[in-house]
Amino acid sequence: MNILVCAKQVPNTNEVKIDPVKGTLIREGVESILNPDDANALEEALRLKDQYEDVKVTVLSMGPPQADDMLRECLAMGADEAVLVSDKAFGGADTWATSNTISAAIKKAGSFDIIFAGRQAIDGDTAQVGPQIAEKLGLPQITYVQSFELDGDTVTVQRQLENGYEVIRVKTPVLLTAVKELNQPRYMNVKGIYDAYKKEIPVWGIDDIPVEKEVVGLKASPTKVFRSFTPAPKGKGVMLEGPAREKVANLINNLQKQHII
Amino acid sequence: MFEKKHELLRKLVREFAVNEIAPYAKEIDQTGHYPEELAKKIIECKFHCVTIPEAYGGCGGDTRSNAIVTEEIARVCASSVSQIMPNSLSGTPLMLFGNEQQKQKYLRGMAEGTMIGSFGITEPGAGSDTASIVTTAEKDGDDYILNGRKCFITNGPVCDFITVFAKTDTKAKGVSGISAFIVEAAWEGFSRGKVEDKLGIRGSKTCDIVLENVRVPKENLLGREGQGFKICMATLDSGRITVASQGLGIAQGALDEAVKFTKERIQFGKPISRLQNTQFEIADMATKIQCGRLLVYDAALKKDSGKPYSQEAAMAKYYCGDLCNDVTYRALQLHGGYGFIKDYDIERMYRDARIVSIYEGTSEIQKVVISGHILGK
Amino acid sequence: MENRNEYRNVWVYAEQRQGAITPVVYELLGEGKKIAEKTGSELCAFLIGSNVASLAGELIEYGAEKVYLAESPLLEYYTTDGYAKVLSDAIKEYKPEIVLYGATHIGRDLAPRIAARVNTGLTADCTKLEVDPEDKKLMQTRPAFGGNLMATIVCPDHRPQMSTVRPGVMEKAARNSDNKGSVIQVDMQLEPADIRTEVIEIVKHKKDMVSLVDANFIVSGGKGLGCADGFAMLRQLAEVLGGTVGASRAAVDAGWIDHANQVGQTGTTVKPTIYFACGISGAIQHLAGMSESDIIIAINKNPMAPIFDIADYGIVGDVNEVVPMLIEAFTQYNGEKEFA
Repeated sequence: MNILVCAKQVPNTNEVKIDPVKGTLIREGVESILNPDDANALEEALRLKDQYEDVKVTVLSMGPPQADDMLRECLAMGADEAVLVSDKAFGGADTWATSNTISAAIKKAGSFDIIFAGRQAIDGDTAQVGPQIAEKLGLPQITYVQSFELDGDTVTVQRQLENGYEVIRVKTPVLLTAVKELNQPRYMNVKGIYDAYKKEIPVWGIDDIPVEKEVVGLKASPTKVFRSFTPAPKGKGVMLEGPAREKVANLINNLQKQHII
Repeated sequence: MFEKKHELLRKLVREFAVNEIAPYAKEIDQTGHYPEELAKKIIECKFHCVTIPEAYGGCGGDTRSNAIVTEEIARVCASSVSQIMPNSLSGTPLMLFGNEQQKQKYLRGMAEGTMIGSFGITEPGAGSDTASIVTTAEKDGDDYILNGRKCFITNGPVCDFITVFAKTDTKAKGVSGISAFIVEAAWEGFSRGKVEDKLGIRGSKTCDIVLENVRVPKENLLGREGQGFKICMATLDSGRITVASQGLGIAQGALDEAVKFTKERIQFGKPISRLQNTQFEIADMATKIQCGRLLVYDAALKKDSGKPYSQEAAMAKYYCGDLCNDVTYRALQLHGGYGFIKDYDIERMYRDARIVSIYEGTSEIQKVVISGHILGK
Repeated sequence: MENRNEYRNVWVYAEQRQGAITPVVYELLGEGKKIAEKTGSELCAFLIGSNVASLAGELIEYGAEKVYLAESPLLEYYTTDGYAKVLSDAIKEYKPEIVLYGATHIGRDLAPRIAARVNTGLTADCTKLEVDPEDKKLMQTRPAFGGNLMATIVCPDHRPQMSTVRPGVMEKAARNSDNKGSVIQVDMQLEPADIRTEVIEIVKHKKDMVSLVDANFIVSGGKGLGCADGFAMLRQLAEVLGGTVGASRAAVDAGWIDHANQVGQTGTTVKPTIYFACGISGAIQHLAGMSESDIIIAINKNPMAPIFDIADYGIVGDVNEVVPMLIEAFTQYNGEKEFA
């Protein structure tokens, strides 16, 4: 069984800061991590590998050359192979153009029974690339997968809803996007780290994958960033003073005065 | 000094230490009990067998890797370093002097997590003065009969085997009559003393090991007869880097706590981190920690490159022993009264630091080693 | 791109589940109306399902001038394959200029699939929609990088312009039973084989609390609570206020409370009358989900916590001490109000 995992290296948005003058992101010193939902996607693939013989897990990522670090991490967790799709021509792409690149790369990488992706990446939070890859590969998709079972070529999942879940059945091949509730991603292990650095991670550029130059990258993207700005902070509030009981009494008074309660 | 794999390894251990070990650090210290689940997770990540060769189920890692793992674990919980002892005291004698059968049995056993090993040199009457051990190994046919008492044995209460140093030649002068044996805990005549009630690293279990006419087959002689002292010194040389890493980790952890606390603690209308005394203390601590780090990883790199490292390892051990005591003291001082109560981690770190300048060769012994290298013996 | 001018009208995907319109649809109709007025076009709803014709009237009362109705027994449950085929075929045929979806677990599954099929852009999770006064293009604003940055996205050359819109952000349309509109039956070519997934079961959580989105009072807890038990105390305060309990990601990650309670970038966006942040430091992700609340009351023992920068009222103190006092004070206040 061949399983592909789509992964993305993202800045740890917990640490992202904004330059207050320029209003731009300060990326310097911000740690790059394996996108959290993608770690759940990889974990589910690795569990299949634990469970069945002859499972091969390939991780594929589109990103800058530094994404190699993140792919090593995936190998150290237990993935068999990794591929980095990297070319300046792919940069600045929106989800439509990104999914053109990734789906072409997947075609080159081989045929897969299951493609796991994370629900969304924490830098963009769009949740669009997974479904768009599925569309371009002509595969059925199930997003927000919170539990997964495989029986022969039949996949049964719970798909998370806001107020519950639905149970869905589908035949492979299929693309699934994972949410955090799906599993607890494993740690790498020391041996895995050493082995990860013994492996080759091929880097595929635009000439290596079957894709038209006109449908990738910034220029081909239907959506454009018109402007970006930092959210305006609210005016300064009131810090209540005095002993705790007095603070609480003052609070109630103020809320009454403002007709909030 | 570091390769890519080392950076990724540090990322892994830090993440693991913060998420998995740190939440239990206080409980481990207070109860002296090490959660089994956690011990299992450490084994799953293979932190315990970084330096054991792949041929025996380990990772085949280098000294820097072991130092990284030790430092990052000690940063949140110094007691937990006893969980990875196969990388140093319990594994090194076998790695350096064990024969194939011994390695397959005991090294593999530790790598696979089914065996815990210990290291027994110290006796009630022989601490820094190694030559005065009185444990004996008397030849009896194909076996040896061991008698004696070893004390302060890390992992003693839980070990499945222990490398015991005993005199095979009681007439030989000094250290020449000492030999090393692998003694299994299940053998008749092997018993354990009560678990010591210690000041620090209370989650690392320590006790005496008592040997009364324990029959040890000759297959369990480690190296050759009379090689014991050499085995012991080689193990301790390498172990010094580990202990230094532990001290480094404790110091870094204490600095982490001081930074966090002084940013939160308001006095005189502002966080005390804005007071110059705090700033100078933090700068001092950070600088010394960096010195310690360079000493540790320099010694480790020398060892990894096959260069002599005994002097550097002793320097690292000596310096980091002092370092963690100094930094935990100062970090605790910055906590004021809060540092004196068990609610804050610094209290535990302060106690844990104390052992680092004592065990596996006191600071004074390190000075003997260092000066010996410089002045000649 | 073919002639952009062929594309007209604002469509709202009228998401329904088991015969009930999803609340965000009313918000989309409210916002869609404004956009339709500014672009000089009609507001239409697109309704897919089985035996859902009765909902068309409701959509009209909420402002839809046309309701496209796609009904088939094959569409009883939401399936990506079935719904995406019906809606993309209709988009190709009727050429709407703008299509809005709720950023629900269904909208976020359906919209990207359609965008890929009809080859257009899609902007996820919008919190603000505007129309460029000059060329009438849709300006779609959304948070990025965990809410650190807001980006306004446009789709200049491709049609339709499509957005998913974050629930709870836009104003609901007003219902007016005098509204008139027409219902258009959509011709479909849908075969059972088109739908590759099978919905076996839909399970609802048996949680009977006010939902976060609807609550006027939210009492949220974070890592500062110290343990899961702290939420019992917050629940008590929420009950006194007739509200519900929320949580920061840190508290959810710690396993103290269900993810369904999470407020913030990766949780629910809320804008209650009063939001209590108890032991929440105010990570940017959290602020992204609650900073629009009318009144924010922050309780935290760390006076430097960023939550105080956006709080209307700040109390520096231990939540375990302050919250019981609040429970007492509001209980007393409720009692006095009754006798007033």
